[in-house]
Amino acid sequence: MQSLSPQISVLGEYQVFLGLPLSSDPEVCLQIQSRIWQLANKCRDRDGVLETVPGMNNLTLRLSDNQDPELWCRWLEAEFHRTASTDIHKGREHIIPVSYGGEAGPDLESLATRHGLNSRDIIRLHTQGNYRVLFIGFLPGFPYLSGLSNTLHTPRLATPRQAVPAGSVGIGGAQTGIYPCTAPGGWHLIGRTHTQLFDATANSPCLLSPGDRVIFVERGHYA
Amino acid sequence: MLEVMLAGIQTTVQDLGRSGVAHLGLPRSGALDRQALLLANRLLGNPDNTAGLEFALGQSSLRFNRDAWIALTGADFDARIDTKPVWSGWRSLIKAGQTLSLRGPKAGMRAYLAVDGGIQVPLFMGSASTDLSSGLGGLEGRALRSGDRLELGPERPLKHQVGAMQSPWDNQIRVLPGPQYPLLAETSILTESTWQLQPSSNRMGARLEGPALRLKAPLEMASQGVFPGAIQLPPSGQPIVLLNDAQTTGGYPIVATVIEADLWKLAQARPGQSLQFVLVDRAEALAACERWKQYFNRLGRALGSGEAHG
Repeated sequence: MQSLSPQISVLGEYQVFLGLPLSSDPEVCLQIQSRIWQLANKCRDRDGVLETVPGMNNLTLRLSDNQDPELWCRWLEAEFHRTASTDIHKGREHIIPVSYGGEAGPDLESLATRHGLNSRDIIRLHTQGNYRVLFIGFLPGFPYLSGLSNTLHTPRLATPRQAVPAGSVGIGGAQTGIYPCTAPGGWHLIGRTHTQLFDATANSPCLLSPGDRVIFVERGHYA
Repeated sequence: MLEVMLAGIQTTVQDLGRSGVAHLGLPRSGALDRQALLLANRLLGNPDNTAGLEFALGQSSLRFNRDAWIALTGADFDARIDTKPVWSGWRSLIKAGQTLSLRGPKAGMRAYLAVDGGIQVPLFMGSASTDLSSGLGGLEGRALRSGDRLELGPERPLKHQVGAMQSPWDNQIRVLPGPQYPLLAETSILTESTWQLQPSSNRMGARLEGPALRLKAPLEMASQGVFPGAIQLPPSGQPIVLLNDAQTTGGYPIVATVIEADLWKLAQARPGQSLQFVLVDRAEALAACERWKQYFNRLGRALGSGEAHG
């Protein structure tokens, strides 16, 4: 792990990108991601950094216009090698009650058919997962979660929906996530939650942070 | 205070946008033509980040209930205070009870209105900007509607009219090569084609149409942080230039990035308009930024407000 070498490059005038090759092993991905979290924490609030955005096994910085991106590339590389993959921080645990199927999860049946299962199997597999928030992106408070059962990995819809209702729980590729607000989206929708993921009036508006753990539990009919 | 009599197609409260919030999934937002809003504020002696209004298309009118100095910049709308024409790039006095009306634009796409003292809305994450994509900031996170009322900040004592030259628009958009530029099957297509701005473009992205851009081989990319100016290449081969309300992470290849100094040109392009990408190097991108800074510094000196707000 320590010998992994990141790809580091300058993007545009003032962005710096650090990325690692994606491993097919979820455990390796999580270990790399934990180093990305550590690196992001080191960068955030540092003079000269306007934005620090973790992605999937990568990190992008947006620098202010008095910074030399080349110097930041070298600094990032050195800092990356100083992070360790052993101390994966535990994060907080969140229990998210989900109403599966029906109007709340319009794609549950088709997903079951597609995978040769019934909808109870899908719910069981989805609630058995131990999920980690890899990063927040796409929409305010939208979590990219790892830990989805291989059986449920499903390519995105060919034609995205114009409006996915807020609280929808979806599956896209190897990931599952929750739409914090009504937005267009191409994930398969299996359920919906009342848990509010983004509260614009709160001091920390996002419920979830990178590293947090998520458990989905089934609740009754969505009302 | 000012009252919105007629709201126009998409009029929003904007300042220079939010910073330090992309990792929460919040876009930058802010004026799509930063330089135009900056110019309007400079003309009034407002701090650069003072909130103003961004108008896109249509007819709008605003009634003021106090005397106010205003400055209109950006796209060339037919603008009047009651019946008297108002020139773009000038500051003018509007009296309490008078109405500012806009129709157009004749050229360009978005106009900016600054008012002495600024438009006052509650700040969200440090900015007055409206994020239409997630319905946050500005006035209730939405475009203005007829009947809305907007509070104004304290009046500033200004005198005579002054004006400034605005940079002429052209369709040459300078870009830096992006990380996936070398993976294009034919890089020349990016810079030698003419790209038409699609009507589906919005504050999230400028969608372009032209000959399909192809990669040498299909590419699976991991989601990464993206910012306004990134030119994404979806499987359709038709590029999208991300703008201020864009999502904060994306997984499409980034073939190039529009230089900061030219992003305003996309804000002022109209649907159907032809655009061309010109590949430049980092030195030229930085020099172009420097020229904008010098322009605003000269303007500051000419207006007597120095570089205090730089």
